[in-house]
Amino acid sequence: MLSHLRSIGLALKHTFAKRETIQYPDEKVDLAARYRGRIVLTRDPDGMERCVGCYLCAAACPVDCISLQATNDESGRRYPEFFRINFSRCIFCGYCEEACPTYAIQLTPDYEISEYDRKNLVYEKEDLLIAGQGKQHGYNFYRVAGMAITGKDKGEGQNELPPVDVKGLMP
Amino acid sequence: MAKIKINGKEFEVDPKKNLLEASISAGYDVPYFCWHPKLGSIGSCRQCAVVKYRDENDTVGRLVMSCMEPASEGSIISTDASQAVEFRSNVIEALMTNHPHDCPVCDEGGECHLQDMTVMSGHQTRRYEFGKRTHKNQYLGPFINHEMNRCIQCYRCVRYYRDYAGGDDLNVFSSRNRVYFGRANDGVLESEFSGNLVEVCPTGVFTDKTLKKHHTRKWDLTTAPSICTHCSVGCNTIVGERYGTIRRVYSRYNEQVNGYFLCDRGRFGYEFMNSDKRIKKFVVNGSFDGVTKESAFDFIVKALKGKKIIGIGSPRASLETNFTLKQLVGNENFSVGLSHKDYQLAKLAIDTLKNGNVRTPSLKEVEQCESVFVLGEDITNTAPMLALSIRQAIKNITKTKADKAGIPLWNDAPAREIIQDAHGPLHIAAPMASRLDDVANSTYFSAPENIARFGYVVAHFIDSKLSLPSGLTEEVTSKARKIASDLLSTAKPLIVSGVHCKNEDVLKAASDVAQALKTAGKDVRLSYTFEESNTVGAVLLDGKSLEEVFETKAEVLIIVENDLYRRLSTEKIDSYLSKFEQVIVLDHNCTSTTKKATVILPVGTFTEADGTFVNMEGRAQRFYQVFVPESDTIESWRRIAQIATAIDKPFDQKNFYDFTESLVINNAQFTGIETLAPPPDFKVQGQKIARESLRYSGRTAMKANINVHELKPIEDADSAMSFTMEGYHGQAPTSLITSYWAPGWNSAQAINKYQIEVGGALHGGDPGLRLIEPSKTNFKFYQSNPDAFKVSGSGLKGVPVYKIFGSEELSSKAAAVKERVSESFILLNSKDAAKADVKADETIEISLNGQLSSVKVLIQDDLADGLAGISAGYCGINPEMTDVTIKK
Ligand code: SF4
Ligand code: SF4
Ligand code: SF4
Ligand code: SF4
Ligand code: FES
Repeated sequence: MLSHLRSIGLALKHTFAKRETIQYPDEKVDLAARYRGRIVLTRDPDGMERCVGCYLCAAACPVDCISLQATNDESGRRYPEFFRINFSRCIFCGYCEEACPTYAIQLTPDYEISEYDRKNLVYEKEDLLIAGQGKQHGYNFYRVAGMAITGKDKGEGQNELPPVDVKGLMP
Repeated sequence: MAKIKINGKEFEVDPKKNLLEASISAGYDVPYFCWHPKLGSIGSCRQCAVVKYRDENDTVGRLVMSCMEPASEGSIISTDASQAVEFRSNVIEALMTNHPHDCPVCDEGGECHLQDMTVMSGHQTRRYEFGKRTHKNQYLGPFINHEMNRCIQCYRCVRYYRDYAGGDDLNVFSSRNRVYFGRANDGVLESEFSGNLVEVCPTGVFTDKTLKKHHTRKWDLTTAPSICTHCSVGCNTIVGERYGTIRRVYSRYNEQVNGYFLCDRGRFGYEFMNSDKRIKKFVVNGSFDGVTKESAFDFIVKALKGKKIIGIGSPRASLETNFTLKQLVGNENFSVGLSHKDYQLAKLAIDTLKNGNVRTPSLKEVEQCESVFVLGEDITNTAPMLALSIRQAIKNITKTKADKAGIPLWNDAPAREIIQDAHGPLHIAAPMASRLDDVANSTYFSAPENIARFGYVVAHFIDSKLSLPSGLTEEVTSKARKIASDLLSTAKPLIVSGVHCKNEDVLKAASDVAQALKTAGKDVRLSYTFEESNTVGAVLLDGKSLEEVFETKAEVLIIVENDLYRRLSTEKIDSYLSKFEQVIVLDHNCTSTTKKATVILPVGTFTEADGTFVNMEGRAQRFYQVFVPESDTIESWRRIAQIATAIDKPFDQKNFYDFTESLVINNAQFTGIETLAPPPDFKVQGQKIARESLRYSGRTAMKANINVHELKPIEDADSAMSFTMEGYHGQAPTSLITSYWAPGWNSAQAINKYQIEVGGALHGGDPGLRLIEPSKTNFKFYQSNPDAFKVSGSGLKGVPVYKIFGSEELSSKAAAVKERVSESFILLNSKDAAKADVKADETIEISLNGQLSSVKVLIQDDLADGLAGISAGYCGINPEMTDVTIKK
């Protein structure tokens, strides 16, 4: 009896509590930047594609919905030739973002990606690549890496000494 | 056997090994870099530290490098003592101070020995904050990519390249932490075995440049065990596919055959399968517009109705394909696809091995021989990996020197110091200088006839009952006498010859030398090289030669995986082909023959089909389909079965296993090849063996752009493997090893875990079955007594010159290999060149048995007078090339 009364009391109390229901789509929910929604590919501070085609996101993906092919431009810079995410399989776990060594792949707070036709949920690189850096500002993988690309020769990366003179005789 | 204790457990080990080998063989994970089972130890990386105790009462012990300590009786070590663990983690941290932040863009990543060892040694966070040393890279040719920043100075590359493979254009330069591994100047790596650097280098300094073009991680490859198709050695490979194209070829360990290595033709020749010359559609009367499988087969059915068919198989097609074709057309109408001359040569070689009393060696046995005599072959270009084995064989005799000094052979630096440049006897008799000459004690250059005679002279000096050819100069006889005494001075001589100088007497002379040594009580081996991956299999299967089969009257010709223009002159083949109403060609790449076809049926390459090849040793080896192509291609043997069904003569056999079984029933000499692989219903723990790794990625996305619904994976009815990641991932039976992986070992060094003892046989035995053993029944001395070569008045005698890149049909269609193929050439000595009034590097017109070719003149002064070396197998070169006239 007592528990019944307590339950009724609780229900009554909730009737007067602040409403959590949001009048979607008239009202939008305010989500944190770290919310795991639609995935994007970002660019580095120089405006170049950040993704270096390392395949780590694809390997980390538990539902295997990322597929890509790496290729190189003449300067030796590696980037994805194609990059495809099948959002009809994606479970928005964020493992890809965690695996990415370049901050290229990021989940965004956009969740409004429903489609009537499942094949419209297959996103190619054109659909994924955004103009900006996303959540992570300032990082440029190629400035840290040892690979030479146009505009950054050997020894010009962060924390790098000039290339060794192999013919040098100094001890 | 010595008793040692590792981590408190007792093991019986070979005292000739070191403690690192013993520990790894015992199953412990001890990190290492500079040691390699084939290269021994030099103790330079300091990564393999363990604690060794004086005796049971010693609780402190001392740090030792396990690769530098013999596994002597009573040794007590601990691989996980805290001292050792801490030391190793400090060492790796130091090694990594200069390491670039490259893993994501490094092609080694995911199968990097350095990554594995870093994790194994427990180094995680970088503390070193100062600048990193950097290096400039070099251009090393179309095969190898150089990224010197990643080097950890283990010295494996130079030790492999120089000491093991005999190259001299890769070296180490500079001093202290600036040491640089590369060439003196940018340029193509000259060694024919440079590709092994990819596997030998534990980091991403040397990586596969062809893989870079379509880079794929190891875990994303669909892989299957395969056999190299580019020569008769039959090296074992693992071939990887992704998105419908072949991505790379890796060596597959087989102790008896190629061990850890491959030659560059085998490793980089795979790109022919991705070339735009691939045939992927049905073609009828020169067009594939509107042609479907049904319409092509309708055409065939009409064309074949009531007609007599001739079938031409191929020495580059599998046994099963040749057998199926033979079954379709009948024994009388089947040819193995070799010219009469080539067929006779191959048959002579095989019969000699079968009937003689000398065993033909596996490459492992070659490496155990002590002296070598080569007759008429440039092995490095005709059977590359055999040349690498010969380079090891001649080191054997000198090893006793180290042994006497009490230096174990794994202790590489002191052993080399004692041995210096000394090596056992290697003598070469060939038409001209070859790559192995750099380690040869003597060379004899002359025409093939004279090489044969020279062989008989050597045989005579071994066994004086054998006749001595007449009319020899003193110089020749004394050279031969020296060779005979050198061969007799060792217990295990090896005689090598082959079909490539197209002379039966050379083969016979080689056999006589070997038989003479056998009679003298030597443990001798005789090795013959053949032209193609399945020449031995095709000849064993038996069929007619081309000339013979074309004598049969018939209306329809079916040619399977064979370019007849590589067998006989254009004129002959043109006239043969013109006699048929229909020429049906089954092939995977466009050739001169497919141009003449009325119907072309697309079939799979060796990665799109299962099959068996028989190598030069008579070893039958199974290769497996790697992936199912999305084009119209299917296996040749299956295509032939489709033709049989279409013309209402269906075969009983359904899958690959059935064909192999009936092959064995029809040809007793192939008995046993049905056991080369487990049957298709074989399962481990209720599962087929998976071709894809557990980490295989992208399966719900890779084809989503075409169809968002994933289709049911295709089942493999022909083998015990699955085409997907579903299946068994542990250690499969050795013939089904799809990739090397063990927990903590992502690189190819995981092979250690697949071997009973590191560097030894695989658990479960090395795959393959020898079909040729000496029967000793009909053995005889040939004593064919050929006439000496005479320079004829006007013309020159052509001798084929083989090049590792260019002479083999399929690999020369591969993009990277193409970059290494020279123009067609003619070799002349200066005297003959002056006589013909041609100069070096000039392009001239020559006639080869009446067929014109334009070739570049190269001067080679060790070539005998009256001989012309012709680039064999090159585009547009007449395979019949005995008579050469220079037209200009
Ligand atoms: S993990 Fe990042 S850099 Fe690597 S492929 Fe994925 S998005 Fe590109
Ligand atoms: S060599 Fe290995 S550790 Fe070094 S960058 Fe390449 S993958 Fe990474
Ligand atoms: S290049 Fe590779 S094999 Fe050679 S020393 Fe450096 S890490 Fe070792
Ligand atoms: S030696 Fe022959 S079989 Fe071996 S890898 Fe080279 S081409 Fe292939
Ligand atoms: S493996 Fe022992 S020191 Fe390098």
